[in-house]
Amino acid sequence: MEWEAVIGLEIHAQLATKSKIFSGASTAFGAEPNTQACAVDLALPGTLPVFNAEALRMAVLFGLAIDAEIGYTSVFDRKNYFYPDLPKGYQTSQLFHPIVGTGHVDIELEDGTTKRVGVTRAHLEEDAGKSLHEEFPSMTGIDLNRAGTPLLEIVSEPDMRSAEEAVAYVKKIHSIVTNLGICDGNMSQGSFRCDCNVSVRYKGEEKFGNRTETKNINSFRFIEKAIKGEIERQIDLLEDGGTITQETRLYDANKDETRSMRSKEEANDYRYFPCPDLLPIVIDDEYVEKLRSTLPELPDARKARFIEQYQLSEYDAMVLSAYRDLSHYFETTANIAADAKLAANWVMGELSKHLNQNDTEITASPVSAEMLGGLLLRIKDNTITGKIAKQVFEAMWAGEGSADEVIEAKGLKQVTDTGAIEAMVDEVIAANKPQVDQYVSAEPDKRGKMIGFFMGKVMQASQGKANPGQVQGLLKQKLDALANS
Amino acid sequence: MLDKTLAELAQGLAAGEFSSTELTQSYLDRIKAEDGALNSFITVTEEQALSQAQAADQRRAAGDAGPFTGLPIAHKDIFCTEGVRTSCGSRMLDNFISPYNATVIENFNRAGAVSLGKTNMDEFAMGSSNESSFYGPARNPWNTECVPGGSSGGSAAAIAGGLVPGATGTDTGGSIRQPAALCGITGLKPTYGRVSRYGMIAYASSLDQGGPMARTAEDTAIMLNVMAGFDPKDSTSIDKAVPDYTLTLNDSLKGLKIGLPKEYFSDEIDPQITAQVQAAIKEFEALGATVKEVSLPNSHLAIPAYYIIAPAEASSNLSRFDGVRYGYRCNDPVDLEDMYKRSRGEGFGEEVKRRIMVGTYALSEGFYDAYYKKALQIRRLIQQDFVNVLTEVDIIMGPTTPHPAFKLGEKTSDPVAMYMEDIFTISLNLAGMPGMSIPCGFANGLPVGLQLIGNYFAEQRLLNAAHQFQQATEWHRQTPAR
Repeated sequence: MEWEAVIGLEIHAQLATKSKIFSGASTAFGAEPNTQACAVDLALPGTLPVFNAEALRMAVLFGLAIDAEIGYTSVFDRKNYFYPDLPKGYQTSQLFHPIVGTGHVDIELEDGTTKRVGVTRAHLEEDAGKSLHEEFPSMTGIDLNRAGTPLLEIVSEPDMRSAEEAVAYVKKIHSIVTNLGICDGNMSQGSFRCDCNVSVRYKGEEKFGNRTETKNINSFRFIEKAIKGEIERQIDLLEDGGTITQETRLYDANKDETRSMRSKEEANDYRYFPCPDLLPIVIDDEYVEKLRSTLPELPDARKARFIEQYQLSEYDAMVLSAYRDLSHYFETTANIAADAKLAANWVMGELSKHLNQNDTEITASPVSAEMLGGLLLRIKDNTITGKIAKQVFEAMWAGEGSADEVIEAKGLKQVTDTGAIEAMVDEVIAANKPQVDQYVSAEPDKRGKMIGFFMGKVMQASQGKANPGQVQGLLKQKLDALANS
Repeated sequence: MLDKTLAELAQGLAAGEFSSTELTQSYLDRIKAEDGALNSFITVTEEQALSQAQAADQRRAAGDAGPFTGLPIAHKDIFCTEGVRTSCGSRMLDNFISPYNATVIENFNRAGAVSLGKTNMDEFAMGSSNESSFYGPARNPWNTECVPGGSSGGSAAAIAGGLVPGATGTDTGGSIRQPAALCGITGLKPTYGRVSRYGMIAYASSLDQGGPMARTAEDTAIMLNVMAGFDPKDSTSIDKAVPDYTLTLNDSLKGLKIGLPKEYFSDEIDPQITAQVQAAIKEFEALGATVKEVSLPNSHLAIPAYYIIAPAEASSNLSRFDGVRYGYRCNDPVDLEDMYKRSRGEGFGEEVKRRIMVGTYALSEGFYDAYYKKALQIRRLIQQDFVNVLTEVDIIMGPTTPHPAFKLGEKTSDPVAMYMEDIFTISLNLAGMPGMSIPCGFANGLPVGLQLIGNYFAEQRLLNAAHQFQQATEWHRQTPAR
């Protein structure tokens, strides 16, 4: 019998508000411990929460973006448990009446089809602080800077069947929240993290198996690895006659394995009840419709437009539409170069390679969209070859100026002077007698391939600057003349 | 000057008969001399009081004095006061010096009030006798063998004992009105949301409400003028204009419709209390009011509903006292769990622990619907009872408590008997409406309180009725033998 995995995800997206969800303290990342925790965040006796309306706006925008039911009356509840970095002894969250109800997103599968994944709900809640174990031997330090940072917890239906589908879903949510500008999406700083619920069952079976929840995974790669590992672990265990314990697990990226954190029996009874310090949030159609009118173009719509407007392939359109900044970069470049395909190739190729290698955000790229567009124009007008263009790009990345400045300074202009090219062609033919003989004695239909050798030699001789079209034309003309003589 | 009301003291200050510094010093001297017997203060802030008094005198000299400038009061030790220990009557916060002011404290500071100190209270406002205080019980000035009531027992005892002319209190199930009744003073619990809860240490957030306590209705009106108002720091405070509560005190009571709930006049009430309350109602009739019997049919459910909702909220509100950031921490914890258990086990007293346990149980999985949810349904029924009756009448009247002050220790071994003392006050917190207790006589030499209940934001009407009663009677002028 064949196994099937069932995966549901809980994503915590930190909302990009300036101040915390229930206090005026800053949410900026990386400050000295406890310098961004005010009386409310410290849960001093007598302090009270005041809801930050900006978090509401962001949550509703997300709901609209995934075509979800909006909670016109949503209520904050208290989730009670003791932990040193949870200053009030409860987390303010939304259990019974979340701000966002049922919605969905479409993910693209590797075989080119799309699959609809249900979103059960998304609710607002506050983040906890951090416990610091390493800095203080035999003690625990508490940093409450993060306490009270607004989170949107996005809960999916158990609709995914593989680690790849799960990652595609996470990437789709990631691209939606960053496109909306409601989350910076920074996974390494914990602004976007994921809990993975995984179970397995025989294919065709209705009933779900016992599931495990692996908590707080903060990279796409780790999500894929953790889920794959967990599926394998569960199948192995079941095939050996074991049973799966419902439990919470932790993913250890160093060992690439999950391990048990606590079982269901040890789980807390959170004693949820409506928070009496906060009034229910009531919104109306006017509020929702006003927000709907501010919705930016979202990845799915943009992808369709890219295919339509620029005749991009499905794949190129999907990649280039996923993130607002990337899309903007591509479109700016494509419009300058007046060649979308060329722009797509360069953005997804050379540019992406450099960004990844240097761990640089596209908004901080030393080669701006305008600069890349300028470079592509020089390819299009035959000033430089594609090969030379890569050299120019390197120089631009290193801060040596615009494409034109680099081409000028380095003398990289393509050679189009027929006399000069002819001289180089003649020289190559003269210097490579055996290859010329082979060409001449070959069947005419094999000769086309053999011309590449001579091309390479001439381009080498010209340091890449000779116009390849002209070189090829002359080579063919002269070699065929020899063959036919 | 010490036995004057706030209104009279304000006149004296304005007329230059005495300075705030002189007045403050006299009260401080009296507290020093007499509070040993009453234990009504947890902390006396002599230095701050004198410097506030000097500032008030300067403000007056500069022609910048307001109606409350220079008047000495005290605050229940539940209001966070910057730089001053704010204990909430608990060992848990015995070492807690608040780094910030409650909004109520800010309001009084801005008005130029002088704070003599922080008054005794039941631990975390949980109690009806002041006996659960970590600092020992405050005593009733009418008979120091008796309790002053609670939880704002320190404020009531200090006022009745002449140690301060007015004080703040908080009322979650009767904690202003019941001690006011037992000590023979005037106390007002405003409409829920009228006075900011910011900086008022939470017991049961949906029921807690701060309010004034003083000798007269006029004085509580003067205090409420300072205390009331919308506070953006408290999401449950209500953005509604605050009237000058003193302006309507002298309105006629002609045509005032009074309702007497039959449930508040049962056989279980001390007959002397019933007699005094009925005599007071006659007085209101003489002042032009009409009286009719009404019914609050769900009254008997108030105590059980309250003792689910209040402990449930308390069990969560008091989770922050964990020994991690401030407050009591046990010695040499071996690990985190040990620190939690012993810090809370040693830091909280019996009654607080009892309510945390009850509340935790009521919110537990599998019990929530049977207890908490049901209690909320009852709460709505009780609220509806009041709404219905208050469409027929302007003010509901009855006894504040079923008995006068009881002896120290008399009810400590029987929590339910203690809870029953709040039978007439508790339902009002569930409904959220304002209520007052004013002195209306004596039973066995101990004060009796008359409760006045009005519709949402009807504080003006309550204060007007109480003031007119006090203009016609002398009960509020009675003071215990010194």
